[in-house]
Amino acid sequence: MSEVLHSAPRCASNEGRLAALTKALGKKVVTAKEEHGEIVITVVRESLTDALRQLRDEHEYQQLMEIAGADYPQRSERFDVVYMLLSLTQNHRLLVKVTAAEQTPVPTVTTLWPNAGWLEREVFDLYGVIFEGNPDLRRILTDYGFEGHPFRKDFPLTGYVELHYSEEEKRVVYAPVKLPQDLRQFDFQSPWEGAEYALPGDEKAAAPPPPPPAPPPAAAAPAKKATTPRQKAPAKPKGDKA
Amino acid sequence: MSLQLEQSPTTGDEVISNYTINFGPQHPAAHGVLRMVLELDGEVIERVDCHVGLLHRGTEKLIEHKTYLQALPYFDRLDYCSPLGMEHSYVLAVEKLLNVEVPLRGQYLRVLFAELTRICNHMLNMGSHVMDVGAMTPNLWLFEIREDCLSFFERASGARMHSAWFRPGGVHQDVPQALLDDMGEWLEHRLPQLYEDALSLVVDNRIFKQRNVDIAKVSKEDALAWGFSGPMIRAAGIPWDLRKSQPYDVYDRVEFDVPVGTNSDCYDRFMVRAEEVRQSARIMKQCLRDMPQGPVASLDRKVSPPKRAEMKQSMEALIHHFKLYTEGFHVPAGEVYVATESPKGEFGVYLVSDGSNKPYRCKIRPTAFSHLQAMDFMCKGHMLPDATAILGAIDVVFGECDR
Repeated sequence: MSEVLHSAPRCASNEGRLAALTKALGKKVVTAKEEHGEIVITVVRESLTDALRQLRDEHEYQQLMEIAGADYPQRSERFDVVYMLLSLTQNHRLLVKVTAAEQTPVPTVTTLWPNAGWLEREVFDLYGVIFEGNPDLRRILTDYGFEGHPFRKDFPLTGYVELHYSEEEKRVVYAPVKLPQDLRQFDFQSPWEGAEYALPGDEKAAAPPPPPPAPPPAAAAPAKKATTPRQKAPAKPKGDKA
Repeated sequence: MSLQLEQSPTTGDEVISNYTINFGPQHPAAHGVLRMVLELDGEVIERVDCHVGLLHRGTEKLIEHKTYLQALPYFDRLDYCSPLGMEHSYVLAVEKLLNVEVPLRGQYLRVLFAELTRICNHMLNMGSHVMDVGAMTPNLWLFEIREDCLSFFERASGARMHSAWFRPGGVHQDVPQALLDDMGEWLEHRLPQLYEDALSLVVDNRIFKQRNVDIAKVSKEDALAWGFSGPMIRAAGIPWDLRKSQPYDVYDRVEFDVPVGTNSDCYDRFMVRAEEVRQSARIMKQCLRDMPQGPVASLDRKVSPPKRAEMKQSMEALIHHFKLYTEGFHVPAGEVYVATESPKGEFGVYLVSDGSNKPYRCKIRPTAFSHLQAMDFMCKGHMLPDATAILGAIDVVFGECDR
């Protein structure tokens, strides 16, 4: 990474750490990278406990601050489980990652850190990742009797059920969610920069079938091809320029 | 007359086994919607099973459907007692991905208001903690300070609680000089007077000590293993403060001490917070003294919007404004975990960007999760009324715990 301009927390330098940790973990590492000032080490799922124990006992990462799940439905092992480690003595943070699918259990780390119990429960609740060996893998954040794993990308934002107080039954009852108006998702990305919808009128460009020998240019992205290389809007914010 | 041993009424053929009671979800001492299933042996707690999630609103999921700027106000609503502390982690995480520079005045303003938030938060927590163990007056007195803090927030941002004032790249608007002057005056006179008055009722109070000293002692090893942070880990005797060890914004330019506990009980947790308020006031005074003039937000127009006056003159500014408030800014792909010292402990944001204008994943690390999880072993062997003291000393807010 180039020069650091931001004022985010400055912990001990990453210099040489990535290589040292990769070497120490050896075969347990799948990939390791350093981006945006964060060291992220992906380890083999089966050896997660060993890797974290080694990091805790030999490399002084004493605290497990957080376990985060993330869902990438297009991958075969769709879930990421990220362990945020903190070393108080070296003043350094480390992200350790494993991937998992719905059916592949991740070994628990409750044996290493007792506070992993709830953190794993949360990932299980929200993503449906199974933690093998966790003695108390109940749901934690969602309602009693909730079905599904709400933070998966294919779970709708509005959910499937809503609840209200029923005057007849004198209690709160669940009902399928009914919206008077569809949930509106505005996509403000500029059409020539990666928005996926076709603008009205774009279909005309693709409509007339070209003569057979020429390969149809519409096979690429019709929306992108349709717009002539107009002058770009000057205000298009680009994150990477910042 | 021979000595007669008192017979326990339960001995004999009837045996009273442990019984379970529900504490909450609606209980004034539960600090929100916490349901604890307590297994009691007489009045002694054997086991605690905390049921959280009653305030779960799916914040993280909602954030995935909002632009980076639209996601910001959700952070106010996490820990509604220290809204700016929550925003701080988030804006720093976004800035870290963008690698955008914040002008010095913006950084000073953020630290100033983050510390005001800390005072505000501790007033609420300390007040309710003493009320949980039986004192009424200090709470009312401390709330007066909190009221002052809230009016300062209002003068800076227009909102008493949900400020949404920190923005990626700086802060939303500059503050009037009169506000800074009033704040200086308040720090000099009103705060110490009210605060020390209120504390003088509590710190040496016999009842308060009886209810807190030696309650829920946690060893250093346990504090580390259970992922404690903030006043909870400092009360355990570990001098760990992210403002000191991993300074962000201008915390490396201000001087302050990190109070540490010696006994690691509820009383120490209270006293650590009590001293933190004084240190926060010290930091604020230095901010007011050292704050330079200048812009309060990044001048990078791809991240932070132009001034309204500028928009009246410049087409470029108008376009920037329009694009920022519709499409928002794009954040380079990557992942970061940024944690700051919120009043309650380490508040972290794990932000994954896929290069678009919306976060792909925004995991929030609440402080309360680890602490509340430790309720079970902290409560074991204590009396039922101690549970409220322990809970008060944890400083738990359910907006943040349940997200």
